[in-house]
Amino acid sequence: MSAPLLEVENLSVRFATPKGDIDAVRSISFQLGRERLGIVGESGSGKSVTAKAILGLVRAPGKVHADTLRFDGIDLLHQNERALRDIRGQRISMVMQDPKFSLNPVMKVGKQISEAIQAHGRIPSKVAIQKSIDMLNAVRIRDPEHVYHSYPHEVSGGMGQRIMLATMLATNPDLLIADEPTSALDVTVQTQVLAILDDLVSERGMGLIFVSHDLNLVASFCDRVLVMYAGRIVESCSASELRQAKHPYTIGLLDSLPRIDQQRTTLPTLQRDPAWLT
Amino acid sequence: MIRIDNLNVVFGRGDRSVHAVRNTNLEVEAGESFGLVGESGSGKTTVLRVIAGLIESWNGSVQVNDQDIRKQRGFESFRHTQMVFQDPYGALHPRHTVDTIVSEPARIHKLTYVEQRVTDVLLNVGLGSRFRYRYPHQLSGGQRQRVAIARALILQPRLLLLDEPTSALDVSVQAEVLNLLSKLREEHGLTYLLVSHDLAVVAHLCDRLAVMQHGRIVETMTAQQLRTNQPSHEYTRTLMKASEGYDRAHAASLFNMG
Repeated sequence: MSAPLLEVENLSVRFATPKGDIDAVRSISFQLGRERLGIVGESGSGKSVTAKAILGLVRAPGKVHADTLRFDGIDLLHQNERALRDIRGQRISMVMQDPKFSLNPVMKVGKQISEAIQAHGRIPSKVAIQKSIDMLNAVRIRDPEHVYHSYPHEVSGGMGQRIMLATMLATNPDLLIADEPTSALDVTVQTQVLAILDDLVSERGMGLIFVSHDLNLVASFCDRVLVMYAGRIVESCSASELRQAKHPYTIGLLDSLPRIDQQRTTLPTLQRDPAWLT
Repeated sequence: MIRIDNLNVVFGRGDRSVHAVRNTNLEVEAGESFGLVGESGSGKTTVLRVIAGLIESWNGSVQVNDQDIRKQRGFESFRHTQMVFQDPYGALHPRHTVDTIVSEPARIHKLTYVEQRVTDVLLNVGLGSRFRYRYPHQLSGGQRQRVAIARALILQPRLLLLDEPTSALDVSVQAEVLNLLSKLREEHGLTYLLVSHDLAVVAHLCDRLAVMQHGRIVETMTAQQLRTNQPSHEYTRTLMKASEGYDRAHAASLFNMG
């Protein structure tokens, strides 16, 4: 087996607030190969902050500390901002949750894709435009030439999300971090977006970190799953074994999901144990 | 409790008009819990808003509690139909205390013993009196949704319209709110009309459900039929398949569909 794409060792993120320090991520370690890694947890468990920390996007007053944060042999902790900018977008991309807030509302969507392409190398406009249209095609948007000249408010939410994906994938990243990429989408569009990501991992060997709160989705889509609670990884297992989870938090989360195939009068609710925090 | 005949809702006019609900018929018995399922834009929330009286331009006939809601609706009629909205972060006034939020409907409807009613209803939804003088930003998402439910319950309605009441909540909190809704229905003999995109939530809370697509009801079935996997419409099967999680073969079939 080759060296992992991403190595994270003892990563911590702390936010200093007037009411005292908040440890959003507390000393977590994991490795990622060319695979689909799911990170699940409830709001506030630290999954999004983890994703941001990898990209160096945690801003003051947040402080990131790690023993190792290495991407493809590059030490991400000791790069200057300029070197990081070259990595971000070109080699590591991130798709955010909501297309409404991530696309520039006063810029044609095609222009936003070609801008991303041209930001990472001297590429003639004509080539960039053609590549943008190819990318729109790749994320299965019908009539890409027409969509290229549309503004974000003229496309649906599902299309907006796929346009973002096209922008992020235009530079052929080795690692894609997707933060709840499908939670704003309808189930049919969600399935289509997942299929696009799935193909990129299996055909191009991209690494994928998939942040989500949807346990069923992660269990069926990812190869491996990390379960986070209060800034820690409480469980790490292969996705197919998530149903046989051992940690009481994971078991509690799975139990509290309503299910179509069985009728229960009351759902078991999660009893949080203070011992999970230590 | 609810009887809808041939409901049509059109927004806008001319070329840009949107036919949000088409020829919809629906009947919900008193004491029943009925679910409306569909994707965004399928018209499910529009049906709810028509019943609540929040949309005025529609065609057809809608009866709630044997009364045509087209006619002038009195205080009494609005008192019996209350709505809980999707987003507990947006539905509560940020500068009003829980006390003000929950007591406001009671004051509008000129109810007596408001103090006592607020205390009772907060206890009923599982919030103690210590929450009474807090502001929404001091509450978690689940607590806010309890406040929204309390605000609806204080008028002692018979029909609760629930618009995605748990979709903004974490799964463990969702379980608590769903349990609360089951408990309240039993205690007060309420009728629920629940809108959701989550089939599992509907299967859990409802007796019957209707599946909507492009403004039409494509299928009405019992929760039992849903549990035993007997949908008759293609679209219902797609929704069921998707709710089981990701399946590459299914995704491929969606692309072929167009």
